[in-house]
Amino acid sequence: MTVRSTRIPNRMEITSPTYLAKEQVQTVQDYVLFSAHAVANIFRKPRYFADMLLQADTIGVGSLPIVVLTGFFTGAVLALQASNTLERFGSVTLVGQLVSTSMVRELGPVLTSLMVAGRNSSGMASELGSMVVTEQIDAMRALGTDPMKKLVTPRVSATVFMLFFLTIISDLVGLTGGLFIAKVLLRLDARQYWSNAWETLVFQDIFMGLAKPVLFGFIIATIGCFYGMNARGGTQGVGRATTQAVVAASVMILAFDLLVTRFLMAVLSLN
Amino acid sequence: MSAPTLPLDSAAVTTGENSSPAIVFEDVALAFGENEVLRGVSFRLNRGETKALFGVAGSGKSLLLKLAIGLLRPDSGRIIVLGEDVTQMREEDLFALRAKVGMVFQESALFDSLTVRENVAYRLMEEHGIYDDEIDRRVREVLRFVELEHTLDLNPAELSGGMRRRVAIARALITRPELLLYDSPTGGLDPVTSNTIIELIVKQRDVYKTSALMVTHRLQDAFTMATHQFDKQSNRMVPLPAGQRCEVPMSFLILRDGKVIFDGDLRELAFSKDEYIREYIS
Repeated sequence: MTVRSTRIPNRMEITSPTYLAKEQVQTVQDYVLFSAHAVANIFRKPRYFADMLLQADTIGVGSLPIVVLTGFFTGAVLALQASNTLERFGSVTLVGQLVSTSMVRELGPVLTSLMVAGRNSSGMASELGSMVVTEQIDAMRALGTDPMKKLVTPRVSATVFMLFFLTIISDLVGLTGGLFIAKVLLRLDARQYWSNAWETLVFQDIFMGLAKPVLFGFIIATIGCFYGMNARGGTQGVGRATTQAVVAASVMILAFDLLVTRFLMAVLSLN
Repeated sequence: MSAPTLPLDSAAVTTGENSSPAIVFEDVALAFGENEVLRGVSFRLNRGETKALFGVAGSGKSLLLKLAIGLLRPDSGRIIVLGEDVTQMREEDLFALRAKVGMVFQESALFDSLTVRENVAYRLMEEHGIYDDEIDRRVREVLRFVELEHTLDLNPAELSGGMRRRVAIARALITRPELLLYDSPTGGLDPVTSNTIIELIVKQRDVYKTSALMVTHRLQDAFTMATHQFDKQSNRMVPLPAGQRCEVPMSFLILRDGKVIFDGDLRELAFSKDEYIREYIS
């Protein structure tokens, strides 16, 4: 795919609202086409499996420390906050239930995705953006390689695949964080905590919690690659693309989280 | 200096039997917004010929190379490269044509995450089915040609500007292309390194008869190429005898305001009466 010129203005300039709206619509259209192209390449040869593994290592294994830390502290603070409310009703023993449903359905996928977006959308945008401004992408095309197949599709596949597992790890570590608070500060029985946390989960909770990272992983990778491949204007342009990628990916994750949650609640008959 | 030999298959050497031009530009126009960069550019590059492309900064010289290899598409006009109309080809189809074309970018455009070996071997590794031993042999051959065999395991960041440029030339040569596109191959380099690179280009022209389009700002480089030939016996570039200058397949093309204002050989350039050209070459 020939990467089209970006609609991102290079400098402060006065533009009419109509022009601005058209630019935004055009950018969305370009992004949709870009994403569709990235997905279509999964079914086209050549496939860069080694590049996908490399990206899976960078994105998945590389993000593990921040995901573990985020998950643990989120689970812990969730237990702490929940205990304060539950104590008023004399139901502090239910803290495990609250932590597990919150982590699995919502906070696990969303916070993991936001962390991975912060780390990897920016990384993809800056790496690909640098390759664009130093003509490495042009060189790749001149050498007979499709950059969409070689650079974008492996990143998208790897992010979707790895975010799924990172979310599972984050959920488990989050529950452990909750256990830490329940045991150390609330003096609850660990077995009771786990039993509560486990038994409250139903298929719908787990489905919702694992469907989200698939979508969010796709958003993180396609946004990062899109801004990177459309970077213009030297190092300043790369910096701008990097910032915009993180902002756009984070906002899209939160916006789509609301939409997907509402949709899945309706489909799965969850209240 | 003497340039090392690059062993090539006989089939890879352009014989001149194919009489169709290597490149034909027909009334090509290209604009970015309201900025018309190219306005009806037409020229042809014959097989085995090297054409030096001049023009002030921003005149669209580099764009011509990118148009020729299909990295950009013109707004109008036709571009025929090695007998194929690149303006009508899909990106997927262009990849096959690009296998026959080598390009050296202005800033080398080496992949900074790969070593010199991996950069030079990139095309061979992408082709698959070529054994590592064969890849290694060919990488060493072509790096020997540019006198950089010792840099095999270095990263591009560890090389000087001139070395990077020569690695880029090696990367372009490894598949033995029929056509070479050089974008300012000597820009920003010292005279000694520039001369080394010019000698490599002259050797490619005279020994392997490869067609080439070369963007340059350095008139002296193009004049050297027009007044020298590669001597296979001594394995170095030597000046042509006084009476035989302009006998080498070397021509010049000058762009001004998006149009071709000169397309001819050294003699025609030297005797041009156009004031702008006279000022340009003075």
